[in-house]
Amino acid sequence: MAYSDKVLDHYSNPRNVGSLDKSSSEVGTGLVGAPECGDVMKLQIKVNPQTNVIEDAKFKTFGCGSAIASSSLATEWVKGKTVDEALQIKNTEIVKELSLPPVKIHCSVLAEDAIRAAIHDWKKKQEVAQPAAVAAQ
Amino acid sequence: MSTDVKTIPQEEHVAPNGVKLPVYMDNHATTPMDPRVLEEMLPYFMEKFGNAASRNHSFGWAAEEGVETARERIAKLVGATTKEIIFTSGATESDNLAIKGVAEMYKEKGNHIITAVTEHKAVLDTCKRLEKYGYRVTYLPVQKDGLVDLDDLKRAMDDKTILVSIMWANNEIGVLQPVAEIGKLCRERGIIFHSDAVQAVGKIPVDVNKQNIDVMSITAHKIYGPKGVGALYVRRKNPRVQISAIIDGGGHERGMRSGTLNVPGIVGLGKACAIASEEMAKEACHIAGMRNRLRDKIMGRLDEVYINGSWEHRLPGNLNISFAYVEGESLLMGINDIAVSSGSACTSATLEPSYVLKALGTGDDLAHSSIRFGLGRFNTEAEVDYVADRVVETVSRLRELSPLYEMAKEGVDLKSVKWAAE
Repeated sequence: MAYSDKVLDHYSNPRNVGSLDKSSSEVGTGLVGAPECGDVMKLQIKVNPQTNVIEDAKFKTFGCGSAIASSSLATEWVKGKTVDEALQIKNTEIVKELSLPPVKIHCSVLAEDAIRAAIHDWKKKQEVAQPAAVAAQ
Repeated sequence: MSTDVKTIPQEEHVAPNGVKLPVYMDNHATTPMDPRVLEEMLPYFMEKFGNAASRNHSFGWAAEEGVETARERIAKLVGATTKEIIFTSGATESDNLAIKGVAEMYKEKGNHIITAVTEHKAVLDTCKRLEKYGYRVTYLPVQKDGLVDLDDLKRAMDDKTILVSIMWANNEIGVLQPVAEIGKLCRERGIIFHSDAVQAVGKIPVDVNKQNIDVMSITAHKIYGPKGVGALYVRRKNPRVQISAIIDGGGHERGMRSGTLNVPGIVGLGKACAIASEEMAKEACHIAGMRNRLRDKIMGRLDEVYINGSWEHRLPGNLNISFAYVEGESLLMGINDIAVSSGSACTSATLEPSYVLKALGTGDDLAHSSIRFGLGRFNTEAEVDYVADRVVETVSRLRELSPLYEMAKEGVDLKSVKWAAE
């Protein structure tokens, strides 16, 4: 199996490994993939409620080197973006950046899914939080 | 094609404890050649280049002598007679010749063949082809330990069964099938028993009479011989087995396999067998000792590591284990100065994890997490220690990275999670 230098770099020095408090209202968690498929990604974002900017991102991935690299790269890319900007990230950009071969494209798809799932989770929390805030007034 | 793609670096270097890297521990895939084998072969490239079928000059006689010495050495190692050894290009051809040859020769008698789901592709795909030609094939399941259930086998046999093909030692999990019992069941019913014994010959005692084998595949490159040469044992009496040729031509090898003999390769196979006859007993103990040391050093330091297949009925050099919560290919990437194999889908073109492990009932998740270590003649204890350290270090690092390990440690039952597959 051939790996690009960038995949090797992310595999050896993964960025933003770890976990955020998934119960926090500012944190969105995406868990995608399945163990029997050989890939599971957990990607978490911490969003500033005033600006909607993703201030922190963490990941943990069970999967091949390309899956680890795709999720590591995804955390780098979402950091500093607003949630709407982060939703624009396409798997094809990950493929290009990491020079993923065709058999590894599913890794980039999974990383895109993980970003979307994390944002979706965060948005759901905001919808729940909103009426509560109104009621408190 | 991108320009910065490269293969995993495997430059030669030396580890702190003096181990030369990369370490080769994939001896089920192939073995390095024994220098004594090469030495034996060398004269047959230049000085003794003759065609073993040339009957009327000394060049031919010299080549023929080399071939016949090899035949004797092979026969001796497996308890056969020289006339029962047919030279081929290797295990795949031997398996094809055995199965197709028996199927065609005995088609008047019946059209049913029995094999097992954990067989090598050379057997499975040959059987699949025969199904297209009207043969009926039963693919026996295996038990959790990888062994065929003899009752299943008995039930599968009927009056149309002409051939049972069950391997001796599995190439992935090293599990040894009860060949003697299988052979007995076949013998009682007049069914021919073929065994793909390429991983067993030269590693454990093989005796075609004691184990009731009628046809058996052998290859040189798994026993420190050259690639591209193998043999097929075909029983001559009690019962006499006949096979149809699949390669037609000059009628070499008593009509069963035409084609000019690969004399240097055959001489190499013979020498490899001669060395095995001498050294196998001692070597098996030594290799099993190193294999056990590797197992203990890994399993003593990591939790949730599982051995795939029977431990008791296993080749001395095989260790096939799954590291829960770590994916096999990423593990191989982390131990890139060690040559081993993984049952993970990501290492194959098919994106399906090992069919052998799946047949054992190993979940896909653990099949993706499996590594096959194949120890051999030239491995050392220092290499074993180095490999164990590297594996423990890498698995620990990847588990820190694994959401599954984190969830399991939090007490989440991973089987109960509804996974959002892509």
